[in-house]
Amino acid sequence: MQRIGVFVCWCGSNIAGTVDVQAVSDALANEPGVVFSTNYQYMCSQAGQDMIQNAIREHNLTGIVVCSCSPRMHEATFRKTAQGAGINPYMVEIANIREQCSWVHKDMEIGTEKAIILGKAAVAKVNLNAPLTPGESPVTKRALVIGGGIAGIQTALDIADAGFPVDIVETKPTIGGKMAQLDKTFPTLDCAACILTPKMVDVAQHENIRIFSYSEVTEVNGFVGNFTVKIKKKARFVDETKCTGCGECTEKCPMKKVPNEFNLGMDNRRAIYIPFAQAVPKVATIDADHCNMLKNGKCGLCAKVCAAGAIDYTQKDEIIEEKYGAIVAATGFNPISMDKFDEYAYNQSKDVITSLEFERLTNAAGPSAGKLVRPSDGKHPHTIVFVQCVGSRCAACAEKGKEYCSKICCMYTAKHAMLTRDKYPDTEVYVFYIDVRTPGKSFDEFYRRAVEEYGVHYIKGMVGKVAPQGDKLKVQASDLLANKQLHIDADLVVLAAAIEPDQSARPLATMLTASMDTNDFFTEAHPKLRPVESPTAGVFLSGACQGPKDIPETVSQAGAAAAKVIGLLAKDKLKGNPCIASSNELMCNGCSSCERVCPYGAITYVDKEFRMPDRTTKIRRVASVNEAVCQGCGACTVACPSGAMDLRGFANKQIMAEVDAICK
Amino acid sequence: MNVAYFPGCTLKTKARELDKYARKCAEKLGITLEEIENWQCCGGVFTTARDEIATKLSSVRALAAAKEKNQMLVSVCSACHNVLKQTNHAMQTDEEFAFKVNNYIGEEAYNGETTVLHYLELLRDVVGFDKIKEAVVNPLKDKKIGAYYGCLLLRPNSVMKMDDPENPSIIEDFIGALGAEAVVYPYRNECCGGYIAMENPDSAKKRSTNVTESARLAGADMIVTACPLCKYNLEKNGTDIPVVYLTELLAEALGVKEDDNE
Amino acid sequence: MNNHVKHLQDEIIRSSGVNPKKCMRCGKCTATCPAFDEMEYHPHQFVNMVETGDIEPLLQSESLYQCLSCFACIDRCPRGVEPAKLVEAVRLQVIRKQGANHMTANDVPDKLNEDLPQQAIVSAFRKYTK
Repeated sequence: MQRIGVFVCWCGSNIAGTVDVQAVSDALANEPGVVFSTNYQYMCSQAGQDMIQNAIREHNLTGIVVCSCSPRMHEATFRKTAQGAGINPYMVEIANIREQCSWVHKDMEIGTEKAIILGKAAVAKVNLNAPLTPGESPVTKRALVIGGGIAGIQTALDIADAGFPVDIVETKPTIGGKMAQLDKTFPTLDCAACILTPKMVDVAQHENIRIFSYSEVTEVNGFVGNFTVKIKKKARFVDETKCTGCGECTEKCPMKKVPNEFNLGMDNRRAIYIPFAQAVPKVATIDADHCNMLKNGKCGLCAKVCAAGAIDYTQKDEIIEEKYGAIVAATGFNPISMDKFDEYAYNQSKDVITSLEFERLTNAAGPSAGKLVRPSDGKHPHTIVFVQCVGSRCAACAEKGKEYCSKICCMYTAKHAMLTRDKYPDTEVYVFYIDVRTPGKSFDEFYRRAVEEYGVHYIKGMVGKVAPQGDKLKVQASDLLANKQLHIDADLVVLAAAIEPDQSARPLATMLTASMDTNDFFTEAHPKLRPVESPTAGVFLSGACQGPKDIPETVSQAGAAAAKVIGLLAKDKLKGNPCIASSNELMCNGCSSCERVCPYGAITYVDKEFRMPDRTTKIRRVASVNEAVCQGCGACTVACPSGAMDLRGFANKQIMAEVDAICK
Repeated sequence: MNVAYFPGCTLKTKARELDKYARKCAEKLGITLEEIENWQCCGGVFTTARDEIATKLSSVRALAAAKEKNQMLVSVCSACHNVLKQTNHAMQTDEEFAFKVNNYIGEEAYNGETTVLHYLELLRDVVGFDKIKEAVVNPLKDKKIGAYYGCLLLRPNSVMKMDDPENPSIIEDFIGALGAEAVVYPYRNECCGGYIAMENPDSAKKRSTNVTESARLAGADMIVTACPLCKYNLEKNGTDIPVVYLTELLAEALGVKEDDNE
Repeated sequence: MNNHVKHLQDEIIRSSGVNPKKCMRCGKCTATCPAFDEMEYHPHQFVNMVETGDIEPLLQSESLYQCLSCFACIDRCPRGVEPAKLVEAVRLQVIRKQGANHMTANDVPDKLNEDLPQQAIVSAFRKYTK
């Protein structure tokens, strides 16, 4: 028979406001097994925890029930408290009378009744609890960072600097990501390349970092501390160890008309290419879709001009398998397609461009060598209209835009507008906005400078239609403060397209069993307290894959994710979760139902010899649970038709006892 | 193949060519437009108010008549099509509205079962523009034609679902299938002024001039439309670009017009 | 807001099916409105004035009869507010009253010409007359 203590928390007025805590502790005192019951203002405080420990010692308690907030909040706290007083932490049960009771009820009588019922259920369970001891598993001291933009670069550098080996997997031929495409960065206007490319070089030269460029993750198995990952290195038809990045091949290749994705298709590259001058690794890649040699065996010019003999037309995709202790998702973002917003005529005129295209147009390494010109005729634009929130804050219909604010557009548009006025004072610049959102250090000052010092026309209103007519773009817009409809003949229109997670994030989340929100951003374990961890143990989040963010925020989060990874890799062993499945082999009928439903591949079948009542032996096929792999989800216990499979700490009879206590 | 056909008031009077050639061309392409019996005028515009019942009954009755024959309901006039499709959508999605309306419909309740198609959709989705291209005997060579959608064919897009409402191509593809060159201009999906011609002709003039100027600047020497009121507004407001119905173009290309003249 | 105005506001919202609270004040409806110059109150003002109960000026306004029902504001609104439906609901509040028709049969002969299609007459009647 257990000796159970009940501790009812007021949580200030959070619980005591709608639950009569005295009535709860009084009612639970009469439950079977309960020898002590009390209530206190803040059970999680030092005084409250002392109260629990003293009661354990004084009354020789074997188990405790804490009626308080959600176990997600303080289960770990009270388990530690119990352990400190000498009882097994798994003899602690939490009755959630805050989130599931006091916060959802307004009536004291109803709230109290429900709190008592929840408390009774927890007591009934503790009566059947047994001490549990977690197993231990070793930690592979190597981290995987998926995505090689500024988020992945910063995370990898920080982990590597702490002395742990890191692999970066990047789908493109070079690391650098979106930041490599930018011209200047707000609010200080440093040149993006000047601050990014040294970091890219650091990555390349770091003894603890390996870069798998032009590669993707294809399979993830295992669990925290012990992941096994398959990485596909796509054939680039160039031997990375031989290529010197001299670029001779990229100048001689006769296929000149391949749209250059680095410049967003605004100019062309060759079929063999290095994305940009500071690429890392600085190695050429052959685009198999456009290479004549690979398509029909005619050409071979790049191999002829390559002094290093690096070209290899026979190269095949290669699968690499590696073990990791921690995985960081840093898959980044993309601007959304403008196809559903053609009232702005993006598909009808070359001179309607996105903001990212504007970055390339003003970048010295871009298609116009940094000269701001119209894509249609190469002429200097004298009137430019910027449109904010194209597809952001859009709730009209799901397939059109995004309901969220993309966060970075107000600032980069202010930057574009300011830089344009600075370099080309003869250009009139209009910015149409719904709200200007500039929460960030020196951000609002930056935006005000664009208005006050540089004379950018900020207009509260939206553009309704852009009509390409002759060599002008007729912009029809509203000025809400003046209550006017404006008609502006513009030379260039720049759309601040909403941003969305990269398409690779969804399949990756499935491989990692990491959760996502409805917009395909990775969800964090807790929005405030665990913002860089996924709810899946051992998976961490860095950068815009978790939500829209600018470079300073991305770098901060990248460092935070690295710190979490370092904390994990610094451990030699990890304590597992003892609440895992186990099979009663005598009852198992070998049907394989559990094996089929297990999402972690933790169940295998073994042939085992059993002694029969008549002293003969018989070989039967039975389920066996790999305790290191089982995550304790309980799917197998439901699937098992013979009742052989059970979950420690959540056994069927414990759950039934809780249900009985509630229904009594 | 037979489909139910709702001609509409104007096709029986001012826009007879729209009606006549719609039937003849469809016949040539293997489709019979079967005029539904006892149809009443759709009212020209859809009343968006959810508590307007009587004004939508003629449309629901036409839709129910098509359902009885198990046929799609086709119309050529942009306005009729807009009203029929929007009414049908309301019958599918607004339960309270449908309940009230069904008090005035026959024994069997109507709940939006009929498929409503514009003649252009019939050509694109049932016949196929490639088939039309094959059937052309007089390709409209050397003609530069601007498609005029106006507002009724495309909006509201969530109901009409005919094409990209901001950068449509169905009429351009139709023009291409007839062998002519389609001229794309930015105001092809802006309003001609519509019924405002009665209330404020100056307003209609501004709208229509905007459209025809846009087409002229883009190099169109002809404008094609499916709507009698669009045709009226565009023509009435001082453009020298001829405005024709899409069925006239089709009849010319398919050689139906000559048969007619014989 | 007095009871009369509240009742009027409820009726307009119910009949139109529009929730003016969804508006985020971006002004795209007014930016796209082809009848802007003819309207005293513009689409975003209809939304705002119905929401705040400032409905009386709308009932008196010529703007009710200048909307073209082209639905551009409905299609381009990023929040799915559908301002044109509000304009229509406010207009119905006026013309549904006995003797308040904006156009009568007697007005028609003066407006006719030999090219005018039937469609124009029936559409105008549907919009201006109950």
